[in-house]
Amino acid sequence: MRFLPTSDTIRGQMLADLGLNHADELFSHIPEYCRLQRPLAIPPGQSEAEIVRYFRQAAAANAPGFASFLGAGAYHHFRPAHIDMLAGRGEWFTAYTPYQPEISQGTLQSIFEFQTMVCQLTGQEVANAGVYDGSTALHEACMMAARITGRSQLVVARTIHPQYREVLHTLTRYRDFPLVEVGYAADGRLDATALAAAVSASTAAVAVQSPNFFGTIEEWQAAAAAAHAHGALLIAVVTDPVSLGLLPPPAADGDDGVDIVAMEMQGFGIPVGFGGPYAGVLATREKFVRNLPGRLVGEARDREGRRGFVLTLSTREQHIRREKATSNICTNEALCVLMASIFMATYGPEGLRELALQNLSKAAYAAQALQAAGAEVLFPAPRFHEFVVRLKTPLETLQPVLTRERIIAGLALARHYPELGNALLVCVTETATRADIDRLVGLLTKP
Amino acid sequence: MNPLPSRAARHIVQNEPLLFEVSAPGKRGSQLAPLDVPIAAPPAVRGAIAGFPELSELEVIRHYTRLSTWNYGVDTGLYPLGSCTMKYNARVNELVSRLEGLGDAHPLQPEHLSRGALAIMQQLSRDLLEITGMAAITLQPAAGAQGELTGILMIRAALSARGDARRTVLIPDSAHGTNPATAAIAGYQVQNLKSNPDGTVDMSDLNRLMNGEVAALMLTNPNTLGIFEEDIHRIADLVHERGGLLYMDGANMNALVGRSRPGDFGVDVMHLNLHKTFSTPHGGGGPGSGPVAVKRELEPFLPIPVLVTRHDGGDDGRPDLDYARPHSIGRVRAFHGNFGMFTRALAYIMANGCDGLKQTTEDAVLNANYLRQKLEGDYAIAYATPSMHEVVLSDALQAPHGVHTGDIAKRLIDYGFHPYTVSFPLVVRGAMMIEPTESASRADLDDFIAAMRAIAEEARTQPELVTSAPHTTKISRLDEAAAARRPILRWRPA
Repeated sequence: MRFLPTSDTIRGQMLADLGLNHADELFSHIPEYCRLQRPLAIPPGQSEAEIVRYFRQAAAANAPGFASFLGAGAYHHFRPAHIDMLAGRGEWFTAYTPYQPEISQGTLQSIFEFQTMVCQLTGQEVANAGVYDGSTALHEACMMAARITGRSQLVVARTIHPQYREVLHTLTRYRDFPLVEVGYAADGRLDATALAAAVSASTAAVAVQSPNFFGTIEEWQAAAAAAHAHGALLIAVVTDPVSLGLLPPPAADGDDGVDIVAMEMQGFGIPVGFGGPYAGVLATREKFVRNLPGRLVGEARDREGRRGFVLTLSTREQHIRREKATSNICTNEALCVLMASIFMATYGPEGLRELALQNLSKAAYAAQALQAAGAEVLFPAPRFHEFVVRLKTPLETLQPVLTRERIIAGLALARHYPELGNALLVCVTETATRADIDRLVGLLTKP
Repeated sequence: MNPLPSRAARHIVQNEPLLFEVSAPGKRGSQLAPLDVPIAAPPAVRGAIAGFPELSELEVIRHYTRLSTWNYGVDTGLYPLGSCTMKYNARVNELVSRLEGLGDAHPLQPEHLSRGALAIMQQLSRDLLEITGMAAITLQPAAGAQGELTGILMIRAALSARGDARRTVLIPDSAHGTNPATAAIAGYQVQNLKSNPDGTVDMSDLNRLMNGEVAALMLTNPNTLGIFEEDIHRIADLVHERGGLLYMDGANMNALVGRSRPGDFGVDVMHLNLHKTFSTPHGGGGPGSGPVAVKRELEPFLPIPVLVTRHDGGDDGRPDLDYARPHSIGRVRAFHGNFGMFTRALAYIMANGCDGLKQTTEDAVLNANYLRQKLEGDYAIAYATPSMHEVVLSDALQAPHGVHTGDIAKRLIDYGFHPYTVSFPLVVRGAMMIEPTESASRADLDDFIAAMRAIAEEARTQPELVTSAPHTTKISRLDEAAAARRPILRWRPA
């Protein structure tokens, strides 16, 4: 076994040191009926070459090299080469939670920088070190709002990612958090009238996504005013942080803006990777920090007065508070957080602005081209890099030709929004060339 | 100060300011391809991102390279952090998870273009079921703690379907803090269960507390003391007789793989930590992955979608995603879970195979027992009961000199080691929880033993050397109390 540093000879010597003849004796205190009496039905150990061959074959059975117009919470953005080169250093990826700050300053400083960049990007006052992903971040934000307000009702826009809403439903199902969904208006944005009617004195939080699941851009101030009118908090869901390079951020704005941001960081250099691992993050007002779940890194001084960083405010967390903790979460997806940090440091403010503008421009070009070719593009409100187009026939009928042309056209919305008919959610990022877009338009509008 | 063992030496460490302090206006680390469509006018534009860093590419590389040298990882040396299973992370696992077609696969791409990814999930599922002896599995939970929550929600759903959700979850006092936090999120009250003098479940306490209101017992086996619950069958029988279910926290599965299967000793629901037992990298604190395996009667409650095998082609069976599960608890995370961890875990299982997995377990247990034998005498052993893959010592012999577990841990850093887990489990005063894993060579163990013995000697003769450690690191002990009193959680311009 190439991973094991112990030879048979040394094993024998170590067993002899323990007064044992055979490794089985190490397990002799385990009752007989608990011991497996046969080898596992798993093939013997394989070489690295065999393993690589197996995974190459599996990769080929997916869709390598396809032009993809899928978004819906997982976004294809170019990943600079140095992200994996840096994150691939063993000092980053073979370390664990920085419980020993003296030999973990790399991880701790990078998280402190991450928290800062998330604050700068969102216009919030504090950010945590990360949570699992955007979907679970929404749940954590809702629980946080309930703790702060002492209320339980959650008002959730139907234009939040359907899977995020499913997760929220699952994770609250045995506790008393009534969920109310608010629909969308003809322009593809939150129905403001329905929202105003849904919020009441029992509402803990209003949750709104922007750009929303249809790709249209919501107005944070209006949503905040609707929530705050009844003393509820506004939770902002952001599924692609690239949008914040250009669009007005979900800022705290004194008391008038967003109260909690629940954001998915995948778009910042984390591989799309068939859905994970990703990293979510929560950002909020300073006054809510003790209700914030997840790890936090803070600045500290050592005995000589030098600056260093530590995990802090851990009295909120499960390893201290057990059943009274703000959450059961341990991980902060640190390696994904590192990738996102390297991405932000690499692009900088101007790079992010250009990146966001390219995404917005390419999606606008695609939507216009589809419309010009006779397709029905839904929802006139301003968009970022996604939009909805209604096809004349179901996507399945086009699938054989799309597959042959090595194009993944987008996400059929029938499962989650049956009222939209043969609607397709299309995402266009900077990775799509004009030629790819023109091919897509041709295939979707072919008579 | 004693001379350092040959393993550690002093070394230049580069200082590196925060990104924001390196930043200067106008620098760029990225360049986009020219836009090949007309520029569109955005509806509304944000103001400048104040303070956001501006660096060249080389400065980014140096920044993160320098920061990395301040960390200690498994690649650096022995990392005996108890209950965390800090084992070697093979590089081939990183390579295969990034292959084109896998690393860039979209979770919503059509199923006929996802066959390879689904086949990986299917193979991993089969192997994990064989290893655990369970009947069905979900790979969706993002981490161990989310696996726990998924499992407890499934228990709640199953008991509700019987018409009796019950109110309480029993948890031993040696359990990881996530267990009670999880039970609370699932809407249960937590009842603590005492450990007996052997460090295992106190059967009389269990007998007293296991009543008609108890939904489940959450047990870690081997427990956090590194002790196998020898009464596991009696425990399972008692819980089942009184209508409850047995949940097993699989954090310590590295002690059992190929040797003992939870499905064979009465466990109904369990989670695995792919980042522990199955070598997916810990990443500085994630990502993890927490698959949940269950007995047949809990299968209807698995989160959707459920990965199923369709036998429609006469072959081995085609993997497919099943959404039509009326009793499912629902989805616990967007998409399919941490797929990148599935490729790595499967690559680990393939590399080891049945023979290597069993040998791995034996070596992990051998290493822990070797440490235990060599350190006994210099340190107090918390429980006389045999150890599995980890051993819990205490600072009882050092505390009279004013030296505590946290001090010994800091002093180990000077000797070139990552410390053990400090002050956990809570049932042991001054706990030192040591898990060497199979990745430690005898030479690693002997050096570690020599360091621990030297520290025990220092604790007797010059305790202040230990209580003020570490002495060789970039920074000394930080004032954590002050940091928590007035938290500074972000950089601001001076």
